[in-house]
Amino acid sequence: MTRMRVRQAIVAALADEMRADETVMLMGEDIAAAGGPFKTSEGLLDEFGPLRVRDTPISEMGFTGAAVGAACMGMRPVVEIMFMEFLGVALDMVVTEAAKFHYLSGGRVSVPMVVRASVGSGGGFGMQHSQTLENWVAATPGLVVATPSDAQAAYGLTRAAIQHDGPVVMLEPRALYAERGDVVRGADGILPLGKARVMRPGSNVTIVALGQTVRVALAAAEELDAEVIDLATLYPWDQTTVLGSVRKTGRLVVVEEAPQSGGWGHEIVSTVTSQLFSALHAAPFRITCPDAPVPYSPSLESRHLPTTEYVRRQVTDYLRTGQVPAPWWLEEGLTA
Amino acid sequence: MTMTPLHSRERRAALSDPLETYRRMNEIRIFEDQIAGLFAEGLVHGTTHTCQGQEALDVALATTLRVDDVVTCTYRGHGIALALGMTPDSVLGEIMGRVSGCIGGVGGSMHLSDLDVGLLPTFAIVGAGVPVAAGAALAFQTRGEDRVAVSVCGDGATNIGAFHEGLNLAAIWKLPVVFVVDNNVYGEYSRIDTTTPITDLSARAASYAMPGESVDGMDLDAVSEALGRHVARARAGEGPSLLEVRTYRFAGHSRADQAAYRPAGELDAWKSRDPLTLRRSALIDAGTATADQLDEIEQSVRDAIADVVERTSATPEPDASAMFRNVWTPAAASPPGQP
Ligand SMILES: Cc1ncc(C[n+]2csc(CCOP(=O)(O)OP(=O)(O)O)c2C)c(N)n1
Ligand SMILES: [Mg+2]
Repeated sequence: MTRMRVRQAIVAALADEMRADETVMLMGEDIAAAGGPFKTSEGLLDEFGPLRVRDTPISEMGFTGAAVGAACMGMRPVVEIMFMEFLGVALDMVVTEAAKFHYLSGGRVSVPMVVRASVGSGGGFGMQHSQTLENWVAATPGLVVATPSDAQAAYGLTRAAIQHDGPVVMLEPRALYAERGDVVRGADGILPLGKARVMRPGSNVTIVALGQTVRVALAAAEELDAEVIDLATLYPWDQTTVLGSVRKTGRLVVVEEAPQSGGWGHEIVSTVTSQLFSALHAAPFRITCPDAPVPYSPSLESRHLPTTEYVRRQVTDYLRTGQVPAPWWLEEGLTA
Repeated sequence: MTMTPLHSRERRAALSDPLETYRRMNEIRIFEDQIAGLFAEGLVHGTTHTCQGQEALDVALATTLRVDDVVTCTYRGHGIALALGMTPDSVLGEIMGRVSGCIGGVGGSMHLSDLDVGLLPTFAIVGAGVPVAAGAALAFQTRGEDRVAVSVCGDGATNIGAFHEGLNLAAIWKLPVVFVVDNNVYGEYSRIDTTTPITDLSARAASYAMPGESVDGMDLDAVSEALGRHVARARAGEGPSLLEVRTYRFAGHSRADQAAYRPAGELDAWKSRDPLTLRRSALIDAGTATADQLDEIEQSVRDAIADVVERTSATPEPDASAMFRNVWTPAAASPPGQP
């Protein structure tokens, strides 16, 4: 086990896959000579050379499309989208091309590519560089979407994504890149896609979180008898683990970094409610961001994402009253 | 001394005096130099992109365009915002996330705007401003107005699809738009020659059958003269054109970037043609001002910016209600730029 930062765990995963498989190659803006805007490919140019570690122009559609073509021809390209928002100019290549190729070729063409994109708030990058935008890609049949919440997941999911024979989008919470954690390297450290992680056992309530909200949920759960689950793969998500947990606890809270409307938590709440209606002790609910862009001012940005204090208060109220508490902005009489 | 800040339109009008253009170039430089210090003190967070070395283009835009023309530019937009007339208070307020910012502190460094002086919200997505400028010109053309749109993007942006789609649309529709490429040699940490197979970016114009020209971006008069011709052409209904302005990014790409990737001597070579120094010599040589007068201007700008920093530091951050303001557009809102 090695202690490393999340961004170093990503470098380690890329390096281990590149050593094991010569078809793995990297493309992205300033990922080679500069080692990546977030240092997630540091040292890889030196070890693997400029054919396999390529700096690109500012041409997201071009290099993401090139990854689709290279993947069709037997390479395993990993492309870096510096901020998830920039996938906006290349979305066709991922959602409409890569995700459909296997199906539209009658199973003859596979597209084993990985799109890594940094997501989320917390860095003061402003409203156009702080969204998670998982809705752009999740719920696209054929496209796996995963999000690491710590260094081990960053290592394990990245390796699994590269090994996967179809397209995978990895949404990496930018705010976690500098977080440290213990990492098991090698085959034992690989986390299978589609498998949620039970981060903390508990019996009173199941808290499902993803990416940056996992550490929030874990901190909030400290004085509660809560089971915290890191969904890890958002699509297709691990129904077995989540349903199994709620069957035991009878209560579900989803903590999301996404606007309240249309967030991925609806999918979890809806499935759990439909499947386990009679086993529930209270209505499942979601703790989310408000339906507003991520504001820049530090005091506002820090409130936009559910805080540990807020999640603790919401879950405590929920457990005490059996009712779903109102979100903070409604309590304060604020709406958009 | 605390002065009441002028309105952005008054600040724009003031540029008819050549000494004011010198003052404005210095204001931009000193303002940008301050940002680095504020970052170090933790008063600015997130990211910010400064434009030292590009002041001639900023001010040339302001003196060439009419106040009812519009500009789209990038996240490296503090200089253009100040040049067009935005007050240092509204720009710094936004950069520091305070209520005095142009949008009350919810935007930050990359999101400046002031429709009173024709600045659409600055673009944080590379290339996005190019077709949007064409669209502004489309509105002017459709309504028969003689207004002009100017898109300012970087050298790196000429490699993204939006740039090419925007130029092509403008060309086939003969839109009153000027595409300015601010070639400051770098896109983030990559030198232009590692990402782009041509060195003369005005050559991009040929594919879209529009005039293309490159100009020395360190010389205010040269930029103003060239830009003036392109804008006049667009205003006369002769269609779009491309102007490459050759500048140099004196600072790193953003906040902490020390730009260690630059070849030795490159920065110094460009700094020997600092647009502020060139301007200073030009004004003295032409007898427009004495060295003492210009020294005085520089000092008064330094004092004024120090006041702005002090005022802004004492200004509060917005309260939570600001998060929810302007998410939805009320039915009665009038289109931007319309009275
Ligand atoms: C679509 C998109 N891709 C990448 C980025 C990240 N990014 C921000 S600025 C920049 C460099 C742009 O270079 P250039 O166009 O030369 O403008 P400059 O920064 O030099 O003014 C990059 C890659 C972005 N904002 N948008
Ligand atoms: Mg540039």
